[in-house]
Amino acid sequence: MTTEPGRATDPRPTLAVWKFASCDGCQLTLLDCEDELLGLTDRVRIEHFLEMTPAEGAGGERARLDGRGPYDLSLVEGSITTAEDAERIQHVRRISRYLVTIGACATAGGIQALRNFSDVDEFIAAVYARPEYISTLETSTPISAHVPVDLELRGCPIDRRQLLEVITAYLAGRRPRVPGHSVCFECKRRGTTCITVAHGIPCLGPVTHAGCGAICPAFGRGCYGCFGPMSRPNLRSMVAQLRHDGMSEQDIQRVFRTFNAASPEHAPVPDLAAEKQERPPATTETHPERPA
Amino acid sequence: MNPRGTRVLRLDALARVEGEAALHLRVDGGTVAETRLRIYEPPRFFEALLSGRGHTEPPDITSRICGICPVAYQMSACQAIENACGVTVDGPLADLRRLLYCGEWIESHTLHIYLLHAPDFLGLADVVGLARDQRAAVERGLRLKQSGNAILEQLGGRPIHPVNVRIGGFYRTPAPRELRPLAERLRQAREDALETVRWVAAFDFPDAVYDHDLLALRDPGHYAIDSGTPAVIAARGGPRAAREFALSDFEQHVRERQVPHSTALTATLDDRRFLTGPLARYAINGQWLHPVAAEAARDAGLGDPALGAICDNPFRSIVVRAVEVVHAVEEALRIIDGYAQPPRPAVEVPPRRAVGAGATEAPRGLLYHRYALTEDGTLTGARIIPPTAQNQTAIEEDVRRAVQTRLDRDGPDADDEELTLLCERAIRNHDPCISCSAHFLDLTVERT
Ligand code: SF4
Ligand code: SF4
Repeated sequence: MTTEPGRATDPRPTLAVWKFASCDGCQLTLLDCEDELLGLTDRVRIEHFLEMTPAEGAGGERARLDGRGPYDLSLVEGSITTAEDAERIQHVRRISRYLVTIGACATAGGIQALRNFSDVDEFIAAVYARPEYISTLETSTPISAHVPVDLELRGCPIDRRQLLEVITAYLAGRRPRVPGHSVCFECKRRGTTCITVAHGIPCLGPVTHAGCGAICPAFGRGCYGCFGPMSRPNLRSMVAQLRHDGMSEQDIQRVFRTFNAASPEHAPVPDLAAEKQERPPATTETHPERPA
Repeated sequence: MNPRGTRVLRLDALARVEGEAALHLRVDGGTVAETRLRIYEPPRFFEALLSGRGHTEPPDITSRICGICPVAYQMSACQAIENACGVTVDGPLADLRRLLYCGEWIESHTLHIYLLHAPDFLGLADVVGLARDQRAAVERGLRLKQSGNAILEQLGGRPIHPVNVRIGGFYRTPAPRELRPLAERLRQAREDALETVRWVAAFDFPDAVYDHDLLALRDPGHYAIDSGTPAVIAARGGPRAAREFALSDFEQHVRERQVPHSTALTATLDDRRFLTGPLARYAINGQWLHPVAAEAARDAGLGDPALGAICDNPFRSIVVRAVEVVHAVEEALRIIDGYAQPPRPAVEVPPRRAVGAGATEAPRGLLYHRYALTEDGTLTGARIIPPTAQNQTAIEEDVRRAVQTRLDRDGPDADDEELTLLCERAIRNHDPCISCSAHFLDLTVERT
């Protein structure tokens, strides 16, 4: 068995990956960095990452869910949906110097936050014959609702390049470049013709946080908002535009009620979608690239 | 320690599996009295939150059940909806779907082989240790994994939760020339995949035999990936010819039960313990492996799949996975070589009031979906039965056998640390996908 240099003599910063309610997709993104993975393990010491490594520290000590720490950089995936997890995240915060949430679950509550809009007991009863065995909170909440977070990385799943940017920036001691503008900018950069302007396809690009590289429009599909809201989205105009592009009130509600449903920015959507439309949308305001 | 006493081994956090689970093992003297795989992954209630959604939504929503096999969820969901709506997607669109699925098989299997499973056979803690010992092997694994991801990216937009899948087909289909660079890459991947089979075949395998019934889709002429009819082979001592049942009867055969110790349900097949996944697929579909993969299987000591060879040592599942990667690479190449762009990227799937079922072979095993729709396509019910739930009892039994064998050999005071490692290995043989298993609908009440 090969041995790692002891923690005390190892100059590499330590990395930990934590999982709460999630699909594992965001932490898997780290293993999808095939070209960079081995180089990365030369530069950081991966100390706690259950999906990849069992040993916690030296001496064959068994992996423990709570970890020992302290860790220099913690990546946290998943939302808080149980009382135990609400406690565990406090522990994770205490033993982490720099804590980054990865993905829509950790940053906005994830798809499982749809329970926040209904009665969780009905959800349990629909899935389990013996609800009394199941303990769960009524809500699914983001990590920032429980502990201070140093950086939030959006996406369902996060983007590989953004993750590497965060880790390299951390290693270089600088702020990561993770812009808060909309997907529209990324379409421009990529040279994709606006699918709304050209084909009338409804698209959440104007209000969705950049980061994916504008994948969906490049495939002829409207953005469905998996990166969550950009900073200060103009939802009133967006909703009007979606209606103009043929979406019903129900469609509009549904498209916002997905992986980032519980983002506070999305709270006005149901009212906006239900509003009577008095005049056609002012398209020049609503869509940055629509010719005036 | 008193050898006659009872001792309890607890593995609080299973590493190198997807999702979170623990194992509880009770040993009375020299006998394993209880093995309990406890899945504490918090439930996410997918079936419940699907109710009221539109019939176009399940592919995107259910892909978020699992980050390792999102395509499996997308494909089973598409099939179930299309089945409800009376639509069949075939020709080049079906081929493209299979191509996407091959990408996931290559990626997911290679991840399991190199990053999660191989360290077990080499006495190493993890892939970082493996890379120190065998850098070239790990680089080969990462390159092979990347070629699977390249398919997913090219065709799906990204490797995790691809965006280009919709019911009826795709949002956009590639022009043949866009797939050409993939073919070049896959020819390199073929070498890496064959080398992988040779690499894992030379590992040391503990002696072990499973005797679960086997369940996989069967699609005569093809090694089933994205379609087929459920087929069962009985455990050792029973009939080895596969018997089929209709997919619409799936829930009459595969029944789930809730147990107090786990958020996942456990399933039986006609009241018996069963296994789904690579070992079952190999037993049921082996004769339709691509010749290159079949030859690799023979050379690796798996017997002759053309003659119905069955691999009955669960520790050798890593070899079967490697053979399946070869097959997936060959199948991907075959599809790309014969591809002509279809006239439209998707066929219409008009909703109707109906119930539809779909099943495909996720890398870890058969994945079943069923949806009930109203006339306007609103979902009124959903049921998802993922592979890990089906395999849970078989996994517990494998763990029990592995530990019992060790106790019989080393005596009742065998070392706890070693037993624990053995349990972990027995579980990882099945690549359980645990975040998938914590959320399904139960219709059978457990009576105590
Ligand atoms: S944000 Fe999406 S990809 Fe990431 S863990 Fe949650 S469901 Fe999975
Ligand atoms: S375009 Fe929108 S929905 Fe598509 S991947 Fe990007 S953020 Fe997600």
